[in-house]
Amino acid sequence: MTQDIWRRDAHRKWIRPEKDQSGCAISGIMNEDGSRISGEAIITSIENMHDRGNGLGGGFAAYGIYPDLPDHYAFHVMYDNDAAREKTERYLADFFDVEKSEMIPTANLAIIRRRPLLVRYFVRPKDEVSQRHYDLTEDDIVVSNVMYINADIDGAFVFSSGKNMGCFKGVGYPEDIGRFYRLEEYQAWMWTAHARFPTNTTGWWGGAHPFGILDWAVVHNGEVSSYGINRRYLENFGYHCTMQTDTEVIGYLWDLLVRKHKLPIHIAAKCLAPPLWSQIERLPAEEQELLRTLRIVYGGALLNGPFSIVVTHSGGMIGLNDRIKLRPMVAARKGQTLYVSSEEAAIRIICPTPDKIWRPAGGEPIIGRLQSKEVVNA
Amino acid sequence: MRKWLVEQEFVAERDVDRCINCSVCVRQCANDVHLVDEETGCVLSDSQSCVGCHRCTTLCPTKALTIKSAPQEFRENANWTADRIQGIYKQAEGGGILLAGMGNDRPWPVLWDNMVLNASQVTNPSIDPLREPMELTTYLGRKPDRIELESDGNGGVSLKTQLAPQLKLAIPIMFSAMSYGSISYNASLALARAAQAMGTFANTGEGGLHKDFRQYAGNMIVQVASGRFGVDVDYLNIASAVEIKIGQGAKPGIGGHLPAEKVDAQISATRMIPEGSDALSPAPHHDIYSIEDLRQLIFALKEATRYTKPISVKISAVHNVAAIASGCVRAGADIVAIDGFRGGTGAAPLVIRDNVGIPIEVALAAVDTRLREEGIRNQASIVAAGSFRSSGDVIKAIALGADAVYIGTAALISMGCHLCQKCYTGKCNWGIATQDSRLTKRLNPEVGTRRLTNLLRGWSLEIKEMLGGMGINAIESLRGNREHLRGVNLSDRELNILGIKAAGE
Repeated sequence: MTQDIWRRDAHRKWIRPEKDQSGCAISGIMNEDGSRISGEAIITSIENMHDRGNGLGGGFAAYGIYPDLPDHYAFHVMYDNDAAREKTERYLADFFDVEKSEMIPTANLAIIRRRPLLVRYFVRPKDEVSQRHYDLTEDDIVVSNVMYINADIDGAFVFSSGKNMGCFKGVGYPEDIGRFYRLEEYQAWMWTAHARFPTNTTGWWGGAHPFGILDWAVVHNGEVSSYGINRRYLENFGYHCTMQTDTEVIGYLWDLLVRKHKLPIHIAAKCLAPPLWSQIERLPAEEQELLRTLRIVYGGALLNGPFSIVVTHSGGMIGLNDRIKLRPMVAARKGQTLYVSSEEAAIRIICPTPDKIWRPAGGEPIIGRLQSKEVVNA
Repeated sequence: MRKWLVEQEFVAERDVDRCINCSVCVRQCANDVHLVDEETGCVLSDSQSCVGCHRCTTLCPTKALTIKSAPQEFRENANWTADRIQGIYKQAEGGGILLAGMGNDRPWPVLWDNMVLNASQVTNPSIDPLREPMELTTYLGRKPDRIELESDGNGGVSLKTQLAPQLKLAIPIMFSAMSYGSISYNASLALARAAQAMGTFANTGEGGLHKDFRQYAGNMIVQVASGRFGVDVDYLNIASAVEIKIGQGAKPGIGGHLPAEKVDAQISATRMIPEGSDALSPAPHHDIYSIEDLRQLIFALKEATRYTKPISVKISAVHNVAAIASGCVRAGADIVAIDGFRGGTGAAPLVIRDNVGIPIEVALAAVDTRLREEGIRNQASIVAAGSFRSSGDVIKAIALGADAVYIGTAALISMGCHLCQKCYTGKCNWGIATQDSRLTKRLNPEVGTRRLTNLLRGWSLEIKEMLGGMGINAIESLRGNREHLRGVNLSDRELNILGIKAAGE
């Protein structure tokens, strides 16, 4: 193994042109009232499922962590070397007003070795850039620039690009990655975590979960057997999937359905994990027509095969299982807090006496909505 | 019979110890191979005109007959093979175009046999179709990029988007266009009934819709071909969908000819032409000399059917098929049917059948890729045709990008066709490709229906097993999902065109 397994060229070398396969653990905590907590709880929760990962990837997403710069896109970038950093910063300066840039604070943890240079930027597209691309939204501009940097600047990888949120990830067990990033020092109203058990790819820092684009972050356990068509379906709409991971296509699908096609969350969930045709036929006529039309139009977005996912965005959290529930997922509520996890024990260790704990049926979305803020499309 | 240079192709061997001189073979053979020796009362055979259809061997009660390839062998020559030599003898004799029935029989590579499917192991559970639902339902027709909803203000939503008309298929397999005329009444009836029984569609071909078959129109696609046989506004409106036939895989670029002797009273009424007249389909539609003309016909048909039916355009797979298909979609086609060069026919010039067009595997892959690159794949469904021999071929086509497939030859085989390739002679001993009432009555439409539904049922069970093995429980998750295919013994270029990886990658 080279010394630089986190590098982009290492990405090309180690992430073979074949689909990522991995087993995993996922966990999520959301305070619907918007009250913020430190990263301690989510680290404890995911650490309890240590054996579901193999040390080749761990990561977190946190929402509400940058209250001082809530309207700037927070880019978290991993660099191969100073040259890549210089090139990227010159590129960013051309297109964005950079309000602030700094090293992402990390702890000196002996167990986390071979780490990239980790820098974050708080940016907004320049007015002249928005003017020039008057047919694009700011979000569209950010997406295309992130895709450019990730695809075309050697040695640079943007792994988080949302507002007032951030992804933190790397190669290692998630509890170590969490402490490496000093997540106990952040305050967030929503946290998710992921432990990875890849079977066919060597760990690469960028390949760890969550996958983030804009304020979407996805943690995922499973293997999507429809990957090939989901990916090609997204290409129809200009998304280029480069990472060979299910998580990437899931993230883009949510972005397409909710941000671009303006579908409400619960309807988008019905596109990804639709009811069976035989179930649809038993519904009242109007509902039948809606669901039938969804399946006909969004057949390419159907996620088949086993998965449990926790998808987060600035409006809240969505837990979703494949429609015949081939991966574990447990949900719980205590007061204003929603928990979703691969295992009940990972919830009980941080919330021993929930008000309610249940196993959602396949295809039945668990939706947490942030109440203190206008919720996206709900 | 005048002695000519053409050697017989088969020899009918009779085991005289087994033969009971019952004359079944004599009555069954429309080619007059078997005859009764009037002096001895014994049944004899003259194999000169034997086509190898196996009707006699199948019906012989004592299994006294065996059909073998004729033993006469030309001097070995890898270039001048027997069929090439015989073809020249035939043309030297008659001075015409050599005819052939059914699909291309030359040893071209069949790329389905160079593709293998995936299955789940460990990281992903396979799904058992005997225990879990497995969905094959397919909708054909134009789909919008997205749907729009209206909110009622209380969190409820209602549908704003109105879908274009769709065909609902219980299984993604339909019966190809086979006209009444090229095949018999009973064969047509069996296809229509089987389509209805299995929740799929049969295609009338260019021969019109017999009045008796109108009751099955809910499962029929009607064709508008260059001859416009049987086309009137009722024909268009009673059907489930209308297909404009531009080309056929077995004979791209040329028209068709149903000889006058087949145009009896029934066919005359169905095709709306005089009894005993030749039914000639011109090579091009004389109102379609360009893509904008096609657009006019598509919209003329949409107008005539009040935008309630999907309009399909069937093209044969030729070199620029991807660009042509893209043009058809932009011209307004809701379905594009692509017929590969191994597709069947009732009659085609042999040289065209065997040399013109490209295989469906590459044509399908190229079209699906092109439509996706142009962002218009959802605007039309793709139906692939051109020789699907098993459910394995079908599922590979779906993984390459087909929404559904048409089967023709496989359907005829299920009704008894033995692929003797003599459909154009009108002497089909199996009662399929003939209008001779002595022969057509041999195909019982109820038996035909049962055999066709059995075939579709068998293939759909197999497709479900393969889908489950791949960890997929809805056919739309396999459609265009080339991750589940790998190529064996294909060049990089071919893999690239098919859009699949090599086995081991």
